Amino acid sequence: MEDPFVIAGEEMSSRLIMGTGGARSLEALEQALVASGAELATVALRRIDPNASGSVIDVLKRVGCRLLPNTAGCYTAHDAITTARLARDAFETNWIKLEVIGDDKTLLPDPVGLLDAAEDLVDDNFVVLAYTNDDPILAKRLESLGCAAVMPLGSPIGSGMGIRNPYNLTLIVEQSKVPVILDAGVGTASDAAIAMELGCDGVLLASAVTRAQHPAAMAEAMRKAVEAGRLARHAGRIPRRLYAEASTPDEGLAEL
Amino acid sequence: MTVLVNGTSIELSATASVTDAVHAAGHEGKAFGVAVALNGEVVPKGSWDSTMLAEADKVEVLVAAQGG
Repeated sequence: MEDPFVIAGEEMSSRLIMGTGGARSLEALEQALVASGAELATVALRRIDPNASGSVIDVLKRVGCRLLPNTAGCYTAHDAITTARLARDAFETNWIKLEVIGDDKTLLPDPVGLLDAAEDLVDDNFVVLAYTNDDPILAKRLESLGCAAVMPLGSPIGSGMGIRNPYNLTLIVEQSKVPVILDAGVGTASDAAIAMELGCDGVLLASAVTRAQHPAAMAEAMRKAVEAGRLARHAGRIPRRLYAEASTPDEGLAEL
Repeated sequence: MTVLVNGTSIELSATASVTDAVHAAGHEGKAFGVAVALNGEVVPKGSWDSTMLAEADKVEVLVAAQGG
């Protein structure tokens, strides 16, 4: 079945996007990225560490992953905008995963700062993939500002609590004309499958893989879950019923 | 003069440019993957050599890190 996943006019080979945060080592990250089959992987911008050995950039290059810079750690629109511009200069891409965080306990997005930053960055010709609350109205506003994708959370970053509000996610999927990518909250493979069954176009996750006991195995599980969930979404599931419906006919049943 | 590079005070010559601060931060080699903010503003790579530093400037030299 032809089922292309297109962001801003570019076709992606995988609906699973990997975050690179939280990995115990670059080796573990590399194995997980390979197992995930992801084409896109996020990176952050931080002060250079002259003593660091190896770079996440080299890992991405080796595994053939395209990098998606983010604005992780930014608490204001101003900081997020400046970070996006720095990332564009550093990595020669105008794609940005936009995060404007509201507080450090929940890491939930700050919707006001997010809209401000999204508007400026779209005006500045960025391809903005916006990490957002699971709020259909906010998602609609981000889309109308020109964001290339909306990325609602399932639950807080790193919480592993899965999708807390499937109803909101369904509304976002139903209304959106840009890709909807579930971003944050995935704990295990079933969460990723549910996101896809609900109609998300993709899933972005990091901790669920990088902090798993066996990151490469979990990455493979996520790849399969995203594929399975997508197939199931289009396969036309049976309705939920309160009572059983026999799959074996009564006709021809022996009288005993 | 004294400038603040990634939060650390360092001494650079009076004619130092952003490129000198990048080297002082520990980065050598190709510039892909590196970005610089001078007093909170982006200095594009093409302007590192021609952008001169002043006393007490704050320079951030940033690279890719695991994240997101």
